Amino acid sequence: MNAKTKDKIATVVFYLITLIIVATLLGLLGVILTNGIQVIDWEFVTEGPGSILTGGGGVGPQLFNSFYLLILTMIITIPLGLGGGIYMAEYAKPSRMTQVLRTSIEVLSSLPSIVVGLFGLLVFVQYTGWGYSLAAGALALTVFNLPLMVRIVEQSLSAVPREQKEAALALGITHWQTILRVLLPAALPGIVTGTILAAGRVFGEAAALMFTAGMTTPMIDFTDWDPTSPFSPLNPFRPASTLAVHIWKTNAEGLAVDAQDIMAGSAALLVIAVLIFNLGARWLGRLIQTRLTSSSK
Amino acid sequence: MEAKENRERTDSLSESLKKPLPKILRAERRGRVLTYVSSWVLILILFSLIMFITSKGSSTFLDGEVQLANFFSTTWNPGEYQFGALSFILGSLIVSVCAALVSAPLGIGAAIFMTEIAPNWGRKILQPATEILVGIPSVVYGFIGLSVIVPFIRENVGGLGFGLLAGIIVLSIMILPTIVSVSVDTLQAVPNHIRQGSIALGATRWQTISRLLIRTSLPGLMTGVVLGMARAFGEALAVQMVIGNAPNLPFQLLEPMSTLTSVITLNMGNTVQGSAYQDVLWSMALVLLLMTLLFIVLIRWMTKRSDLSS
Repeated sequence: MNAKTKDKIATVVFYLITLIIVATLLGLLGVILTNGIQVIDWEFVTEGPGSILTGGGGVGPQLFNSFYLLILTMIITIPLGLGGGIYMAEYAKPSRMTQVLRTSIEVLSSLPSIVVGLFGLLVFVQYTGWGYSLAAGALALTVFNLPLMVRIVEQSLSAVPREQKEAALALGITHWQTILRVLLPAALPGIVTGTILAAGRVFGEAAALMFTAGMTTPMIDFTDWDPTSPFSPLNPFRPASTLAVHIWKTNAEGLAVDAQDIMAGSAALLVIAVLIFNLGARWLGRLIQTRLTSSSK
Repeated sequence: MEAKENRERTDSLSESLKKPLPKILRAERRGRVLTYVSSWVLILILFSLIMFITSKGSSTFLDGEVQLANFFSTTWNPGEYQFGALSFILGSLIVSVCAALVSAPLGIGAAIFMTEIAPNWGRKILQPATEILVGIPSVVYGFIGLSVIVPFIRENVGGLGFGLLAGIIVLSIMILPTIVSVSVDTLQAVPNHIRQGSIALGATRWQTISRLLIRTSLPGLMTGVVLGMARAFGEALAVQMVIGNAPNLPFQLLEPMSTLTSVITLNMGNTVQGSAYQDVLWSMALVLLLMTLLFIVLIRWMTKRSDLSS
């Protein structure tokens, strides 16, 4: 076989590989969405789970828990991530401590989420005495999400042109003021995009939550918005199963008559949410970019 | 008299102008401390995580509750005090190595397509495709495996459907994006003059790819594959949903089996705290942690090699 024929065959193979991957993705999304759409209606999104014997009901509380847990996690992660990222990009000198920090970030971000969940079980659930709770779940998710957040902030800050920083310093303002007034605004589009993408990851996470936020949702009363009341949806010390955990538990228990429908509907909701996060992140990043640059005159 | 007063005033003014405002200095220091503290939080989290899991996982053996020989055997029968986890360790290893073997040619091929064959439209299709694949939660992969792949295997290949093969298929899709993105970065780092030199010598595109590009970027490509393998090794829920969860040795493609993660996720919630059974699960978590650390060391070593060769 001469070289030209081989080249043609190889090219065809590469096209095939691409085709396989794209077809797999489209097939995946197709199956999830077509199976799920049949199940999803207003009742499924708002109502609580029905009886396991008769089926029916929905995943309203689980959906709420997913969003609430995401917000709680972000309240802890964003300030810490900004601090860590600023330190890495601006203050860290090439020293031993920086090296330890960099390795820690790398190791933390490659830990399996189930290990993070077990750590959460030991420390945030058992040691603190909170039991399975939203707070424990949020802290476990912070452990899982923080290294990613630090990396996003560091990369966005490092991508700001050097001249902007030098100009600011030359005007006589201090380093910290330069960071707050010049570097952070310039890095904002990147930080926002990265944060929303990270949020999408948190939204679908289950392994870190099974043993921290728990796998059940007790009766909650959606008219009671006092965070200290045990029936309030806002109480951070109540157990809460998220949408992703709910899918896993429905399958593992296999008790509900309509388990297949519950899983299909929840999976479609999760995927739709992730797609919205994905598109929204890009759109918002671009919007901030144009607001900051062109319309600032 | 007035001249003297004036001079005093300008003197004190110039003195205070020489020093920056204390308010600004305080803000400067506060900012520095804040960022310093948040990075220490990271280190603290990692070290306490390693410490807690290690002490909890090793106490099973240190207390003499379960012998190491018992743990590293293949007989799993908690009711009879048989806690052999070896088949789960092997199960985790085999399923992740096989998934990486399936995923590597596809992922590297896609990366070559994106960088060498159709850099414009190929990238426009594959980049978002891999990003969406990363974003899909692992339980959703598990659900797809359960409702599509498992029935497909049962009807067309044989067996129950649950087992090693289903696990490999699900995991290989999950780790594909990791391999693609690392491979794309590596291939893009190969200097253009290598490609141009090869084409100028009359080599075809495939010759350039197979004899130059793949060879020069091999350490980087392998790093991507190992990263994917590490991800597969730690993946819990998707695997648990399709693997079958029987304590068998993982040598039959169509037989149900178990991995470290699947055993932990299934049983941690419904074993009694402090019982030997649950302590053994903690020891498995320790094995999982140690293997992850080993993967990280391996990846670091390989990245160093790829930095040297480029």
